Amino acid sequence: MAHLRSIIVFFLLLFASNSIGKEEQDEEFSEELLLRPLPDRKVLAHFHFDTRVPPTDTYGHHHHLFPKAIYQLVHKFRVREMELSFTQGRWNYERWGGYDPISSSNAKPPGVELWAVFDVPHHQIDASWKNLTHALSGLFCASINFLESSTTYSAPEWAFRPVSGNLRYGTLPREAVCTENLTPWLKLLPCRDKAGISALMDRPSIYRGYYHSQRLHLTSSEFDSVSSNSGIVLEQTLTIVLQPSTMGTDVTYSSGPMSQPSWSLSSLFGRKLGGRCVLAKSSNVYVQLEQRLVSALTELCYKNERSVDESLSFEVSWSNPGFELSVSPDLVFKEVCNLNKESPSILYQYSMENYSYSKPFDLGFWWKSTVVWSCPEAPLHASRFLMGSGNERGAIAISLKPTVRGNSVQSADINEGCRLRVDVFQVVPWYVKVYYHTLQVYVEEHLQSGKDIIEKMHVSPSEDKVSPGLMEMTLRFPCGVRSAVITIEFDKGFLHIDEYPPDANQGFDIPSAVVSFPDNQASMHFVEDNSLNQTPLLSKLQERRTVLSYTEVLLVPLTTPDFSMPYNVITITCTVFALYFGSLLNVLRRRVGEEERLLKSKAAKKTDRLRLMLSKLFAKLRGKPWEPPPSSQSQPLYSSSSLISSKLIIKVLLVVALAVGWQYILNDT
Amino acid sequence: MAESEPPKPKPRPIVRIGLFLISHSLLVSVVCITAGLLALLLLPVLAKNTYISENALMPGSASPMLSTVDVSVANTFVNEITSLNLKSTSTDIEIPKLIAQRVADLGGEVSYNKFHPLLNKFHPLNFFSSPNPAAVQENYSCSSFGVNTVGIIRAPRGDGKEAIVLVTPYNTVNITLGEALSLGIAYSVFSLLTRVTWLAKDIVWLAADSQHGEYASVAAWLRDYHTPVFGGLGKLNTEMCHERNNPYEWKKTLTTATEMSDDFQRAGTIAAALVIKVADNSEEFEKDALSIYAEASNGQMPNLDLINVVNYLAVHRQGLQVKVEKLWSLLDSTWLKSLGDLFETLGKVARSLNRQWNFGIPVAEYVDGTATLASSLYNQALGVPTGPHGAFRDYQVDAVTIEMSPKAFSKYNGRQNEVLLRGGRLIEGVILSVNNLLEKFHQSFFLYLLTSPSRFVSVGVYMIAFALLVAPLPMVAASLYSDANKRNPSFEKGKLTSFPAAADEPAISFRSWKWLHAAKVVFVVHLWGVILTLLPYCIYQIPNLSPTTSLLTWVLLSMISLLILHLVLGSPFSLVDVSQPQGNEWALLKSVMITATFTGLCLMSVINFATAEIGALLVVPMCLMAAPLRLDLRVKNSRACARAASNLLLVFIGFPLVAFLVLIGALQGFDSISAGEFWNWMESLWKWNSATYIYLSWLASFYYFTSDDRDMRGCRCGAENLFICFCKP
Repeated sequence: MAHLRSIIVFFLLLFASNSIGKEEQDEEFSEELLLRPLPDRKVLAHFHFDTRVPPTDTYGHHHHLFPKAIYQLVHKFRVREMELSFTQGRWNYERWGGYDPISSSNAKPPGVELWAVFDVPHHQIDASWKNLTHALSGLFCASINFLESSTTYSAPEWAFRPVSGNLRYGTLPREAVCTENLTPWLKLLPCRDKAGISALMDRPSIYRGYYHSQRLHLTSSEFDSVSSNSGIVLEQTLTIVLQPSTMGTDVTYSSGPMSQPSWSLSSLFGRKLGGRCVLAKSSNVYVQLEQRLVSALTELCYKNERSVDESLSFEVSWSNPGFELSVSPDLVFKEVCNLNKESPSILYQYSMENYSYSKPFDLGFWWKSTVVWSCPEAPLHASRFLMGSGNERGAIAISLKPTVRGNSVQSADINEGCRLRVDVFQVVPWYVKVYYHTLQVYVEEHLQSGKDIIEKMHVSPSEDKVSPGLMEMTLRFPCGVRSAVITIEFDKGFLHIDEYPPDANQGFDIPSAVVSFPDNQASMHFVEDNSLNQTPLLSKLQERRTVLSYTEVLLVPLTTPDFSMPYNVITITCTVFALYFGSLLNVLRRRVGEEERLLKSKAAKKTDRLRLMLSKLFAKLRGKPWEPPPSSQSQPLYSSSSLISSKLIIKVLLVVALAVGWQYILNDT
Repeated sequence: MAESEPPKPKPRPIVRIGLFLISHSLLVSVVCITAGLLALLLLPVLAKNTYISENALMPGSASPMLSTVDVSVANTFVNEITSLNLKSTSTDIEIPKLIAQRVADLGGEVSYNKFHPLLNKFHPLNFFSSPNPAAVQENYSCSSFGVNTVGIIRAPRGDGKEAIVLVTPYNTVNITLGEALSLGIAYSVFSLLTRVTWLAKDIVWLAADSQHGEYASVAAWLRDYHTPVFGGLGKLNTEMCHERNNPYEWKKTLTTATEMSDDFQRAGTIAAALVIKVADNSEEFEKDALSIYAEASNGQMPNLDLINVVNYLAVHRQGLQVKVEKLWSLLDSTWLKSLGDLFETLGKVARSLNRQWNFGIPVAEYVDGTATLASSLYNQALGVPTGPHGAFRDYQVDAVTIEMSPKAFSKYNGRQNEVLLRGGRLIEGVILSVNNLLEKFHQSFFLYLLTSPSRFVSVGVYMIAFALLVAPLPMVAASLYSDANKRNPSFEKGKLTSFPAAADEPAISFRSWKWLHAAKVVFVVHLWGVILTLLPYCIYQIPNLSPTTSLLTWVLLSMISLLILHLVLGSPFSLVDVSQPQGNEWALLKSVMITATFTGLCLMSVINFATAEIGALLVVPMCLMAAPLRLDLRVKNSRACARAASNLLLVFIGFPLVAFLVLIGALQGFDSISAGEFWNWMESLWKWNSATYIYLSWLASFYYFTSDDRDMRGCRCGAENLFICFCKP
């Protein structure tokens, strides 16, 4: 086995060297894992898989690494860029950070989010989108095809992504995420989860986490006529937040601040890492220390009364008063000092080249002392909630509060003209009928006129049963804003009976709003030791990304008919209709004169056969001789009343018989 | 019948039945009222056993995870609180700080919610809408605020759309052991829930500061939950109350990594709420007992499933004795017992006839059920919530108050741990069930009366009693109307009269609209009722009035207003010809009044059944018996006198003040009665925006008839009560 593997590796290397020698691009696959301790005793694990294929016109149609399904998808629907994410749980922006590249690109709303940019003429976009949703639905075993309906997706103009004409965006907040979605996602990897870093994905441990987001991001420049096209890049990430099991010590019962739990790969995932996927060009594991953690550790060093140069040197050491890594890193990256004058973030790199099944990699991160730090947060913390009660109307409120970071920034540079730009992108389903003219912006408790705050606004109102409402806003707040609330009122609509979901009584979801801060870009700059060593994850971290955050999904209780009692509804409706139409018809058709004439004629000739028979029957019952009915002229009132009473008796008997029969049936069942 | 006469078209059977009933209205009304009373008394017999309707709840299907370790931690927490209360004078800061500290240590999100209790000022114009919070914010003295402590657990894998709220009201200034224990129960459950993996809904623990009333604090928190809140504790500083509310003092104790956020923390839509209390006074029971309080404002009840889950878990899992409130005085009444005996024997006889007819219940159960039913009816009719859960119902959230009363409870006999364990496991089970719920509570009943914790009477059954009770009203009205028309010899309109029609056209049209005059009288009296309703607002503005003087002022002012109305609009009876003693005006008047009453009662029964039922019990006999007193006195035979006397008695009993005092006297003994109590009672009613208040005033308006010498009297109208349901949307 080992021989075979080494041979394969050899051939691969040969191929690689060949391709480099030929100066021709080849398919590339790289796998990386980034681990980061979080302030609230949890650990972030971020798997990053990157598969690239050169453009078709130079490379051809045959691939040995790139998944064929995705390639065909791109070509069939002419997808220029696409992102699909499956998320379970909520990203905690306050504790896990909202200002770093990972959170701004991997914190996603619960459920499924899909957006795609197409390279097709304008009128074909919707058709392409619908086909794409169906294809993805089949590919990932999820009900993404619900995004096909025009009531679920929208076409944001600028607030979601800066430049996009052909963008379609849709979310399914209620979609549950489980292994059935992960397995097809793993199938796209050349080694699946059989070897390499993806082998760490032990299902019970990764689904036990507090946050689980699997993402697929696709960029293709196949259809660009411009040069420098890089082919198709498929980026698959899995971001999970895990709680390391606290061994032995029962933290729950201790009072006071708790210490950080130590963890290792095997304690987090229940597995060790047995080498790399042999098809991968690079296979690395990183441990990232955040800026504030580094500065907290530096402080700790000072406290331990070490000399200054020693404490500075800790920044590259992996064993210091704060913590210890069980394996020494192969490389240490240090962030180039950013503007915030905080300590640089540090990245320890472990290359998986050196490990194998016989020599598995099990990184341990042992805390030596209690360290308290906080994560960098977006300038404003956005939260969204519903106002009002009742089934008629309500209001959506988006509240923006400065975070700790925002405070520090504002204390640093408060000048008069400083304005903070905030973009808000909100999709509202049509059954929540938003009145856009009721938009109100409160800044520090005071109602502000819209034109002072709102710089740009784009609204496409919802159309009943056709399209959702879409609101894009660019707001400019003064930098020192302490609180701001945006409210907008809505009426709750009525749905047609077939538009209710199976569990209508839970309520209806309003998808997350996206609040982004275009002035703030999250990126890291590392001291580049070797430009060739730039792995996809590192370049991703260095990319400038707009800081954005998703708000909560809202649940709107709508008036819901009681579907469990259709019987009652049917009977009551039918009764009401019968009574109404019966009486109406009776009144309309009645002709009083005609009736009187009829009555007269009836009274004149009383020789109805049925009545005769009935009267005979009654005579027999009474044991009296039957006499023909007396002439109606003489005693009209008497005869009619006796006949009516006999009729009445028959009716009563009929009802009684029915009741008795019913009783028996009931008793039998 | 004359031969020459053309045969009359025979009316349809339904019309004939109607005519028959109208012509025998006296008999029908006696039968119906008797049947109605009987049906009401039969309700405990007809009660069904409760069952859990929503399958997703699955109560008790998981074994409780709350361990003795949790309980002992909670016990130390309780002891800390009580020791804080003993040694320190400023417990109003210390206890919230302790709670916040502990919640933060557990990994929950903590925030304080400062609130000013809304002064329950009666304002007639605000009656139908909730008061505008912005307008109320001003004019607070700095001493009158409370601080709720709120802890939130975010469900690890949940989407945060829904939340379950635990409420523990406690007095920050002087905490009792019971309150400390309820905090301990909530703390133990909260600490468990931070560790569990099954949470799908967020958990909110609201430690409500009840020094301004339990309801007020919860209502204030809910109000803030549903409106944007600006500024957290920082606002405290601006109000120049340095000695008590230094925000830094509030914040500085939290030394953990999770710094306390200043702003109001929210979780999603509230799915259900539980208010946990532990009773201080230990009544002697053989087991630990649990009381469930469910009535919210205007007689709204939470979904029956919630009560069922609590009841099921308490009885079958924790071995608690579950009680709902009952009128204790009814338990000893002999007539109820004999009635129960009667029903039991009837049930036995019925069972001997057919084995499937088992409707008889034992006497004790019957008496118990009746007492519970009476209390249930009374609480619903009053429209005053029986606990802080009422605040949730205003936001369409199902909530109950659970009060544990441990047996023979004192601090040092080691029972504390057991109480904590049982209470904690019960709460854990309820939360687990509600957490299982995919949809909001909708499956079971919302309209019901409880006769015991596990038996209920649903809306379809209890409406029968009410329908029987009010059924005579339209018949009597119709018969009075037709009689009044018939008595006039010159009038004939579609009735089966043998008199020839000889009146000319204008006379007919004039007479057919004659009831308008009666309607005007009724309308004027109702107008007086409106004035009567609004009067207490004016009285409320006068400071320093004892309840008795207030009541007297109210009575005086109403008399004056009556006089003014009399002068301005003229006596409503000015048109009545006194020289015509047999005149049918009084019959018309009575018929219109009865119609108005009927409409009002029917509308009220849709809004608040219990009020309508009790109102019907009081008013229907009065309506039916009403007759001019002067006529009775003039006739001077024994029958008329008896009728007049019974009328007077009914009116006297039925007058709200008297009815209230008699009721209080019957239940608590006649020593403690004073008229001022009535004022207090009324005050409490309008503080809670209870519909019953307006209802009572309308009732009172009709006693105007008693003060009039013509003695037209009888009823009240509730048509306007239609609006009352909106007073607490």
